[in-house]
Amino acid sequence: MYEFDWSSIPGALPLLGKGLLVTLEVTLTAIVVGIVWGTLLAVARLGANPLLAGLAAGYVNLFRSVPLVMVILWFYLIVPQLLKAVFGEGIADIRLTSALVAFALFEAAYYSEIIRAGIQSVPRGQVAAGLALGFTPAQTMRLIVLPQAFRNMVPLLLTQAIILFQDTSLVYVIGLSDFFGTAYKVGDRDGRLVELLLFAGAVYFAICFAASQVVRRLQSRGVQ
Amino acid sequence: MKPALFAASVLSALLAGLAVPPAAAQEAATLKKLKESGSITLGHRESSIPFSYYDDRQQVIGYSHELMLKVVDALKAELKLAKLEVRLMPVTSANRISLVQNGTVDLECGSTTNNLERQRQVAFSTSIFVIGTRLMTRKDSGIRDFADLAGKNVVTTAGTTSERLIRKMNEDRQMKMNVISAKDHGESFLTLETGRAVAFMMDDALLFGEMAKARKPGDWVVVGTPQSKEAYGCMLRKDDPGFKKLVDAALAKAMTSGEAEKIYQKWFMSPIPPKGLNLNMPLSDDLKTLFKAPNDKAFD
Amino acid sequence: MGYHWNWSVFLQPTAAGDGSYLGWLLTGLQWTVSLSLAAWLIALASGTLVGVLRTVPNRWLAGLATAWVELFRNIPLLVQLFIWYFVLPELLPQRLGDAYKQSDPLVQQFLAAMVCLGLFTSARVAEQVRAGIGSLPPGQKNAGLALGLTLPQTYRHVMLPMAFRLILPPLTSEFLNIFKNSAVATTIGLIELSRQAQQLVDYTAQPYEAFIAVTLLYVLINLTVMILMRRLEHRVRVPGFVGGGQ
Repeated sequence: MYEFDWSSIPGALPLLGKGLLVTLEVTLTAIVVGIVWGTLLAVARLGANPLLAGLAAGYVNLFRSVPLVMVILWFYLIVPQLLKAVFGEGIADIRLTSALVAFALFEAAYYSEIIRAGIQSVPRGQVAAGLALGFTPAQTMRLIVLPQAFRNMVPLLLTQAIILFQDTSLVYVIGLSDFFGTAYKVGDRDGRLVELLLFAGAVYFAICFAASQVVRRLQSRGVQ
Repeated sequence: MKPALFAASVLSALLAGLAVPPAAAQEAATLKKLKESGSITLGHRESSIPFSYYDDRQQVIGYSHELMLKVVDALKAELKLAKLEVRLMPVTSANRISLVQNGTVDLECGSTTNNLERQRQVAFSTSIFVIGTRLMTRKDSGIRDFADLAGKNVVTTAGTTSERLIRKMNEDRQMKMNVISAKDHGESFLTLETGRAVAFMMDDALLFGEMAKARKPGDWVVVGTPQSKEAYGCMLRKDDPGFKKLVDAALAKAMTSGEAEKIYQKWFMSPIPPKGLNLNMPLSDDLKTLFKAPNDKAFD
Repeated sequence: MGYHWNWSVFLQPTAAGDGSYLGWLLTGLQWTVSLSLAAWLIALASGTLVGVLRTVPNRWLAGLATAWVELFRNIPLLVQLFIWYFVLPELLPQRLGDAYKQSDPLVQQFLAAMVCLGLFTSARVAEQVRAGIGSLPPGQKNAGLALGLTLPQTYRHVMLPMAFRLILPPLTSEFLNIFKNSAVATTIGLIELSRQAQQLVDYTAQPYEAFIAVTLLYVLINLTVMILMRRLEHRVRVPGFVGGGQ
């Protein structure tokens, strides 16, 4: 029978903590950029310009039909070139940068779908009222529709954030040392992969379970 | 609509980025780039013991890495640069060639075999090492040579010459092996150690390196007739003779001056991190010949 | 200048001597599809069971079902996969574990990925099933019981058929997800599509052709599934319901 030996975990905690910071960095960047970019995409899709609506729809559908693993690998391939084209020389850690860009652009497609549904959930009368009060369409969207839409969407956005937090572990495919990558490396180094994998699973579970309970409470209290 | 405009511009930038052919940098000679940017990007490995790997403080060390730093020193002197900032970029067997090709990495000294096929994509410096591809197995596994592998699980690292050799052997001789391709040497060894494969095919020096990392190094042996003799070289971009000349000269100088042999003694004949194990691999005749007459010839 | 496009690379014989690179892509496609379909069967079966259990009056059963859902929902798919692939065989009795690990690696990889992906998705299916059952008018269950059906019979013949017709759209999206999630199996070495993309890059150094081809294949899978499911949705739509579930 297998004999567990958890002794390599305490010493590795600082390293694992560093990994967790990378995980959080990727998650938070993707949430912020994803929501902003996703909102723009959603607005473009619902807007009057058919070209923009088509482009936005194409973007969202493309990203939503390709596996995240492939998206990460794609950006690892093109980000060095992109960065060079945009900033010239000089970003050393292409893995982190690639991951940040990949997750932000990928999540935007998913967020945009949530936000689009949120915008559509705001009664049409609100838009009419805004326009009647003399707001421009853009003002109506910004001041009247979006604030209400976001209030309705909070639980869904947070649930998506939890999924995203879990998905960041996939940066493993480009060898970035996030929390999971670090756990794997420590396990490999000390020959205690079994223990480190179980530990990583437990930590993810604790964080995600706690977060999902919070979301559930928000939901049942009715944030509206 | 402003946001829409922004969206369109980001999208088009993205598409443009996709359309920009990789390796726009190829046009400018590497030397010019080094001078202008004052920095060089070096590719290194993460677990190619003892050539290029992380010690337990995540510092890059190893035989090839030390030679690469010698080259950097020489470049700095040659270009009369007050400062040449070194940027380190970890590469894997699978992505090292494309990273050199597309200009992300300027120079990669690790454990890359110089062969004709790769010469179509990248240039190789003067060779820095000579290996044979062999097998590592558990002492009591009963595996003595490649013929014993028929019908068994064998692991090798993805993107290496060993991977091609063993898959080809499997097809040609109908050996019915199950070839597992692991992501890196560490994962290959893990596959061997956990009993998923009976043997690990790789460059002999790397096999000894993995052994040095094992929990019980005494459990393992390296066996089998070498399936190929291969020369390691540093990779650099193709069609940049000016840069290659300087790199070659620096390496040749290290070899003929005896410096390279000292570095060899340090990594192959003395205790090395992470476990303080001695690989005990005496200098081979092939390597002695190379040190005497440095050249960039591939063996195939 | 720059990148040399070479689409004919797919027709070249592989360096390993086993057919052409196009053949590798098709093998990858086969593995992706068979893994996804097999995992979907597991997800549908166990997800339905767990979803039903969450709505039954027995507290213990409902609690167990809730624990199942939370467990598989709150651990990243990749971590679950590594636990199935790397951890479980170690926990078997040594002789059995060793024999298993020495079996064909492709079988080990496929089994681990199939079970992992199936159970991971089962938690999501269960949530949909529960929501579907929850959205049925209570009269349905009472009518079933009043007609003398037992509770399990009521579930089987009255509530589940209705619930499934209502939750078909969200199930479709889970079905699409399983194809995308199957790419995670690349990390344990299963030669599905995205693994083949990386192998092609290793062997041909033509990354753009390989990635574009594989991306198109994923888009194609997505479209095919979407069209088939649309048709099914059309056929089984329940009149009078806007679309149940969530």
